[in-house]
Amino acid sequence: MNKITKYVLYDIIRNRFVMGYTLLLLAISMSFFSFESDPNKGLLSLLNIILMVVPLVSIIFSTIHFYNSYEFIELMSAQPLSRKAIFLSEYMGVATSLSLAFLVGVGLPTLAFGGGESSLILIMSGFLLTLSFVSLAFLASVITRDKAKGIGLALVIWFYFSLVYDGLVLSILFSFNDYPLEKAMLVLTALNPTDLARIMVLMKMDISALMGFTGAVFQDFFSTNYGLLVAMFILMSWVVLPITIACRIFQRKDL
Amino acid sequence: MIRAEAISKSFGKLNVLREISVQLEAGRVVAVIGPNGSGKTTFIKTLLGMVVPDRGRVLFTNQAITKQHTYRSQIGYMPQIGHYPANLKIKQLFEMMIDIRNDATMQLDEDLVAAFQLKALFEKPLGTLSGGTKQKVSAALAFLFNPSVLILDEPTAGLDPLSSEVLKDKIQKESQKGKLILITSHVMSDLDELATDVLYLQDGSVQFYKTIAELKLETGESKLGRVIAQLMSKIPQMS
Repeated sequence: MNKITKYVLYDIIRNRFVMGYTLLLLAISMSFFSFESDPNKGLLSLLNIILMVVPLVSIIFSTIHFYNSYEFIELMSAQPLSRKAIFLSEYMGVATSLSLAFLVGVGLPTLAFGGGESSLILIMSGFLLTLSFVSLAFLASVITRDKAKGIGLALVIWFYFSLVYDGLVLSILFSFNDYPLEKAMLVLTALNPTDLARIMVLMKMDISALMGFTGAVFQDFFSTNYGLLVAMFILMSWVVLPITIACRIFQRKDL
Repeated sequence: MIRAEAISKSFGKLNVLREISVQLEAGRVVAVIGPNGSGKTTFIKTLLGMVVPDRGRVLFTNQAITKQHTYRSQIGYMPQIGHYPANLKIKQLFEMMIDIRNDATMQLDEDLVAAFQLKALFEKPLGTLSGGTKQKVSAALAFLFNPSVLILDEPTAGLDPLSSEVLKDKIQKESQKGKLILITSHVMSDLDELATDVLYLQDGSVQFYKTIAELKLETGESKLGRVIAQLMSKIPQMS
């Protein structure tokens, strides 16, 4: 399988867009850490940017890349390789290159200037977020053969998880605020990878007091190692599930 | 060598292949021809397992190809349009293919690499190549592993006259070794030189599958182009 991955990776790493993405992340991280005297504040600002930029770039780049590689994937499927191997190699190539961009652009500066446990959680969750949105992108790409529709679908997924979902959760909170919703909130958070990543970092930063009563419940749950592990596990299923479904579809698909 | 048993395929309401049954034998050069949209490419893709037929099956040396992939090590495929990762060098593409098909005993056939002088371009990224050069790369890759079946989709389209001759010589040479070669093309003069049989598809069904000698005898024409023109005018147009 890694026979193809190696070359896909080799191709993408020299792609100008990925280089630009790395430099952009690097510039953002560096500026936040140099403007803020308190590294924790820098980390918080960085978190907000990452939660928007990383999913967007991951999902759009991966979708476009998949459609542009279509003829190449066709040629690969004329070789003695199983569909699964071809698909997962493509995934590995794209996911590895975008993760590398993230780790260089955000990981290195955060480790250098931030430090501490919350930085590690930030890097970890950003990394998993990258993988999960690449997964979602591959799912969007196998659903339709049309490039424009695929990119549209990818954008809708991003919009939904980054903007629409929070609005929905808020409206649920307002409509049912007579009921104890804390447990329900935990579940709702798990259903959105971006929220999950956000909560994981926030809880490590000890600012849950800002989040009212729900914050206290979250704090109880997520600040324990057990809660953190569960969150990490759910975030990982956001990586594994979409790509597994996508792979199933791809195996039966007509190229 | 390859047998299609009543394969049918539809995309939505469009019946692209209808009950196609053919037997393709080693040593033959079969020209797959037909009007645009007659199902030629879909037929070829079905043989390669890229398209899964709704009904019927394809057998490769008497083995059904459903969910198999190892049989493809005996097929060399040259796609209609070669799109390769833009930042990869030609050399790396070749390395990758050799990696994928790695077999220590295999003797690489680098005739076309030499004839097209690709070694001189080995360090060039694939994104910077012209359409014709990409076509040469695709051709060289299809022949590289000495496969017993060659499937060539519009092989000479986009090649300059000299390279086109080089490729045709190579096809002839390989067919004399007893390989099965499938060619789709709209250039009848090329097929006239190369092919031994004609598989004519229209609206997804086989109109006729005969040897060129037979066809010429039947129609009394000496050129394949005229033969096909005469036969096409007799086939009722469905669409």
